[in-house]
Amino acid sequence: MNGDIDVIRPEVYLALYSLLALLGAAFTVKDRATPILIWLTAAVLALMAWWIGTKDGLDIAFSGSFVDDGFARFAKVTILLSAAVVLLLSSDYLHRANILRFEYPILVSLSALGMMVMVSAGDLMVLYMGLELQALAAYVLTSIRRDSVRSTEAGLKFFVLGALSSGLLLYGASLTYGYAGTTAFAGIIAATADGASLGLLFGLVFIVAGIAFKISAAPFHMWTPDVYEGAPTPITAFLATASKVAAIALLARIVFGAFGMVAGDWQQIVAFLSVISMYLGSIAAIGQRDIKRLMAYSSISHMGFALMGLASATEFGVQAMLIYMAIYVVMNLGTFAFILSMERNGQPVTDIRMLNMFSRTEPLKALALLVLLFSLAGVPPMIGFFGKLYVLRAAYEGDLVWLALAGMIASVISAFFYLRIVYFMYFGEEREALDGRMPGVHWVVLMGSAAMMVLGVINLFGIEGVAAAAAATLVQ
Amino acid sequence: MLLSLVTFLPAIGAVALLLLRGDDAAAQRNAKWIAFATTVITFVASLFILARFDSTNPGFQLVEEREWLLGLNYKLGVDGISVLFVMLTTFLMPLTIASAWNVTTRTKEYMVAFLLLETLMIGVFVALDLILFYLFFEGGLIPMFLIIGIWGGANRIYAAFKFFLYTFLGSVFMLVAMVVMFQQAGTTDIPTLIGYDFASTPIQILNITVLGGLQTLLFLGFFLSFAVKMPMWPVHTWLPDAHVQAPTAGSVVLAAILLKMGGYGFLRFSLPMFPVGAEVMQPVVLWMSAIAIVYASLVALVQTDMKKLVAYSSVAHMGFVTMGILAANQQGVDGAIFQMLSHGFISAALFLIVGVIYDRMHTREISAYGGLINRMPAYAAVFLLFTMGNVGLPGTSGFVGEFLTLAGTFQVNTWVAAVACTGVILSAGYALWLYRRVTLGELVKDSLRGITDMTGREKVIFAPLVAMTILLGVYPALVTDIVGPSVEAMLGPVQEAQAGFGPETQVAQAEEGAGE
Repeated sequence: MNGDIDVIRPEVYLALYSLLALLGAAFTVKDRATPILIWLTAAVLALMAWWIGTKDGLDIAFSGSFVDDGFARFAKVTILLSAAVVLLLSSDYLHRANILRFEYPILVSLSALGMMVMVSAGDLMVLYMGLELQALAAYVLTSIRRDSVRSTEAGLKFFVLGALSSGLLLYGASLTYGYAGTTAFAGIIAATADGASLGLLFGLVFIVAGIAFKISAAPFHMWTPDVYEGAPTPITAFLATASKVAAIALLARIVFGAFGMVAGDWQQIVAFLSVISMYLGSIAAIGQRDIKRLMAYSSISHMGFALMGLASATEFGVQAMLIYMAIYVVMNLGTFAFILSMERNGQPVTDIRMLNMFSRTEPLKALALLVLLFSLAGVPPMIGFFGKLYVLRAAYEGDLVWLALAGMIASVISAFFYLRIVYFMYFGEEREALDGRMPGVHWVVLMGSAAMMVLGVINLFGIEGVAAAAAATLVQ
Repeated sequence: MLLSLVTFLPAIGAVALLLLRGDDAAAQRNAKWIAFATTVITFVASLFILARFDSTNPGFQLVEEREWLLGLNYKLGVDGISVLFVMLTTFLMPLTIASAWNVTTRTKEYMVAFLLLETLMIGVFVALDLILFYLFFEGGLIPMFLIIGIWGGANRIYAAFKFFLYTFLGSVFMLVAMVVMFQQAGTTDIPTLIGYDFASTPIQILNITVLGGLQTLLFLGFFLSFAVKMPMWPVHTWLPDAHVQAPTAGSVVLAAILLKMGGYGFLRFSLPMFPVGAEVMQPVVLWMSAIAIVYASLVALVQTDMKKLVAYSSVAHMGFVTMGILAANQQGVDGAIFQMLSHGFISAALFLIVGVIYDRMHTREISAYGGLINRMPAYAAVFLLFTMGNVGLPGTSGFVGEFLTLAGTFQVNTWVAAVACTGVILSAGYALWLYRRVTLGELVKDSLRGITDMTGREKVIFAPLVAMTILLGVYPALVTDIVGPSVEAMLGPVQEAQAGFGPETQVAQAEEGAGE
């Protein structure tokens, strides 16, 4: 038992920290503690990422219902670091929007805790627990601007559709339990050793559909644009980065860990989700004027590419997916750092036409955003291209040449709307400029991620080997 | 180290420029001088490549190799085919920068874009790794997109998007083909891949028998990319738009160097790696080239915009290049390379010539000019020389390339060569007619009364181009001596593989396979 607790120490500590912070702040200074709490929580999350990153080996706790392997750690480090960066980006926004609530950083850390449990799940129950903890915190965060109609509307939509997806997932889980006789992944994989029964297949389909909601893969993406648009921008960044990594890692965990024996059955579902997401995201984004909605569709299309890696059902495919997600997270954090500082006359704006001739007033920031946009479009030499190259190779390895070809054509379509932002920034007409104000943290995140897009071409910061090792622990 | 140095010197200059502060006249002047000095230093450094290059050795020389990510290698090297393209690039860039001396809007960014573009262009020609090649090949789109979009003409947005998306779409198929090659051969090393024998047994796709099998499919993947880049008829439509809207310096780089990447790609990948695929596709590509030559020449005849006319003449001249390459014999390939180099000088000069009067009159309409020889004698002389080069007059470099490619093609397909020959006459038609309308006759238009002849700076820019055009015209061995051994070494295995391929046996094989 002691050994079991040892394995989940990071989760326990994070939970303890969150609860203590909640109690402490509630009984003392309340909202006045928020600025400090934000920095403190970010530091705790970063420290936790460092701690988890230095661990190695494979630990299994509670009879296999909690797995701490290289795969989980790769996902956790990515989740924790992006949550920490999101917190740092929030502080200025909350201050100006006058919603400096002390619950905010605590909810973010609880949501991150849920994600950590998700990616380590070795049992359908643990999976659900983590998923709900993550989701409940995210619903509240989305509607934290209580006086804003759009924020509350987004929160409600998110909640209703999230509940629906949880229902789908639970239904699939109960079917799986009924036909496999167990909720443990190890048991399910044993039950499917010689093919899945029809009931188990139904269970698989519902579980994948439920998770596809969380990933916002088409055709389960409908909530994404509205929630992205309505949520406070830092929360949009959070949903676009940490929660996407957690959900897609969870999907990988369940399809390989529990249904690894029937790869042929889920491969076609994932390939279908992938191709639909890539095209829907790319085409729907073309008409968007609001940069947050545009990023929503962009993330749908990016999820399609990440799923392409998973669809190959190979170890290399998982590695490709992990690398794709890591690159995606960095690109998105940089872009959102920029979006957060889009203001005119002190008011936040999200219309991309406001960027007209931005490059003239702010050449450096425009250049950084240009690099990020080309990286998002997957144009070499930015490292966004390498993400695409990895998933492309994975798709070919998984005998999905049609998917690889379809994905490449989709990437050309998606290049158009990224280019259009470049067009506004560089070629547009002279108009009233955006305010030049940008908090230091945002500037560092924007420049840092843009620099990583260019410098990563040297060796991808060594994540290749780590991702390979992580994939090896998941796919046996 | 030498190749890396030459490749990345311009990028270092670009970074230095980015650190430059201010946007006043002094800063602009500094930016121009830094950019010019960088390109000159790069050119001088590249002379060392030429000096250390052993033209009798057909293999890759000055090779650098280092491990990179994903099992790829950072590998650079030059052989007889690529070394002259490197030289062409470094030679033209100082002239390009000098021709942009009058740019006043965002001078610094303009120079940065050109320097980055130079790094990417040199990289294309020296890369010896598939993905590294792709990186440079595609990376070039970004600065060119900005150059057209920011500093271009009235309809620049449309042209920039068309340029980017067109080429991007072509290239992604190449990327898929590269991934297939990577998985098949297990390496992305170009010299190894040239020696690798890709499967050429016929395969069935959707009940269609593909002769040459995988090789044909891979050839098509690369073909889509290079054909757009070259550009070949019927995917050439982005070029006139891009050329017309691009600023003069952008047009020069586009015509003189970027178009050559397509031809270089054919020589580096399509022909030596997929000889059977090339054999299968040969009639199609040869006829496409012949159509391109005649069609583009006819279209050039009716243009009213000078730049558009020169752009269409580029399409026609590139038709000779693809024709020569696909002929796959020594004359054809030598001629194709020669034609590309010669076109690099002549088209660059022609776009500069248009730029000279555009700077003065701010119009490219042919009808706005006439009788310029009265006011601009030096200009008329230079224009005449390059018109002759464009026509392919013996004594200029334009003749050698056209003659060699036609001689090579005659051995393979007489009808194609015969049709292509008419292009030579048509090119005389549009080029001489353009010359007559712009320079000859009486100077009757009032707007032209005050036009001034070329300045000293402009004359200095044209001098090296004039020298190279005549030098290569009278002494073509300068090029063929360097190119010859490498081309011979490349063509040996290609012809061997093509000799072993017979469409009849392939059809029989396919029927046998279907019968089983």
